[in-house]
Amino acid sequence: MNNNFIAQIQNLNLDFKGKKLFKNLNFNILENKSTALLGTSGVGKSTLLRCIADLEKENISNGEIVLKEGTNIAWLSQENSLYPWLSILDNVQLYHHLKGNKTKLTLQKAKELIEKVNMSEHLNKKTYELSGGQKQRVALARTLMQDANLILMDEPFSALDAITKIQLQDLTCELLKDKTIVLVTHDPQEAIKLSNHIYILKSQPVTVEEVASLQGALPHQLSNEKLWNLQEELISKLLESQI
Amino acid sequence: MKKFFKVLLPIIFLFILWQSVIEIFDLPHYILPKPKDVFFQLINQYSLLWEHTQTTLLEIIIGIIIGCIFGLSSAFALLYFEKLEKYLLPILVISQAIPVFAIAPLLVLWFGYGMASKIVMTVIIIYFPITTACYDGLKNTPKQWLQLAYTYKLSPLQILFKVRFKASLPSLASGLKIAVCIAPIGAVIGEWVGSSKGLGYLMLHANARMQIDLMFSALFILVVITLAIYFLTDYLTKKFIPWASHLH
Repeated sequence: MNNNFIAQIQNLNLDFKGKKLFKNLNFNILENKSTALLGTSGVGKSTLLRCIADLEKENISNGEIVLKEGTNIAWLSQENSLYPWLSILDNVQLYHHLKGNKTKLTLQKAKELIEKVNMSEHLNKKTYELSGGQKQRVALARTLMQDANLILMDEPFSALDAITKIQLQDLTCELLKDKTIVLVTHDPQEAIKLSNHIYILKSQPVTVEEVASLQGALPHQLSNEKLWNLQEELISKLLESQI
Repeated sequence: MKKFFKVLLPIIFLFILWQSVIEIFDLPHYILPKPKDVFFQLINQYSLLWEHTQTTLLEIIIGIIIGCIFGLSSAFALLYFEKLEKYLLPILVISQAIPVFAIAPLLVLWFGYGMASKIVMTVIIIYFPITTACYDGLKNTPKQWLQLAYTYKLSPLQILFKVRFKASLPSLASGLKIAVCIAPIGAVIGEWVGSSKGLGYLMLHANARMQIDLMFSALFILVVITLAIYFLTDYLTKKFIPWASHLH
């Protein structure tokens, strides 16, 4: 395995609802970089992410996904992924809670992470009393708690209002800067802001095309004219992929 | 206070309507007794009513507990062994298709004159709502909760009990509220068909002796039992599953 890659998707074939969604799909994910998978709704972005997380075993007919040794995966999805019957602290310690191995150390770490995502003052609230943005902050703390090196994000900001979205995108970049991120999104602006490599998924069967490779620290600011032009380019490519 | 009046007003209205019907149509006491006569029976026949109430209450409670155990076990089995669904579902539907009145004499024959036949009847009546409600809840666990559990590499049993079962609680609570309302029907039908104790037996006995006011007082107690169990279940589900009403 090439050492620069944390995950290699090799000749992946996947059937979904009787259709061949992926046919000999090949695609690599660079380590310590943020990769965006951009595509229109229903193209298969989330399914590809689920394949990487080993959640699509029963639908994969051929091919394999090779992960670099020692890779731990964490999953960050949309706002309603908190378990409502658990407290905020237990949601952050979810892995340890479900495995039945919570300790004083995990509790201490959870409290520190809750502070990092600016949720300390809401610690005694129930999860259903939180706003969408606050829930997503807790989910971010939970992701950090796992100490994973590969973070799979399935449209984690899509249900948030504009201001909360910007705040959370910035916080995510700050807290996950040393990790490898694979972000699934349908928003070109989000893809540019949060990633080093942008791929567009086209159907059917799915093909993955790299459309941009961006330098500089994340988040990228769209005040740059070059990035504005890239956004235009991505939009026109997405429109093309729909036809 | 406002809530108290909301409950009290319909009850007062019902009593006024009841008394009015008797006055307007000049009904004799053996057709429809006056509310005050029923009230006096409740006081005068207190010990007799209490003795029969205990029997019926016990049948209902044991029936609900056993029905829940069977219902939950069936729901887990349906989910865990997918192929079982096509075999178990017809049994579930059959348990609802056959009128309980039709099988009541058989159950008395098989399980005897005592409590057992009434408990079985109660179990049969509540089995379906409990099983389907729990199964629906288990099956419809939100995808994002399951995905997390899968990425944590939990075992199927851990996912079943720590994620799916917890997620099914709001649905189960709805099924339970229906079940506790219909459970007394099972017990009373069983007592009508063959028994020597219980409110159902007392109602038949009083009816045969034209003691309609006593029959109504037994009926009143049955209504109170049903309401009490329902509100207790509602209170407990709200207390222990407070997040249920915030799901959507």
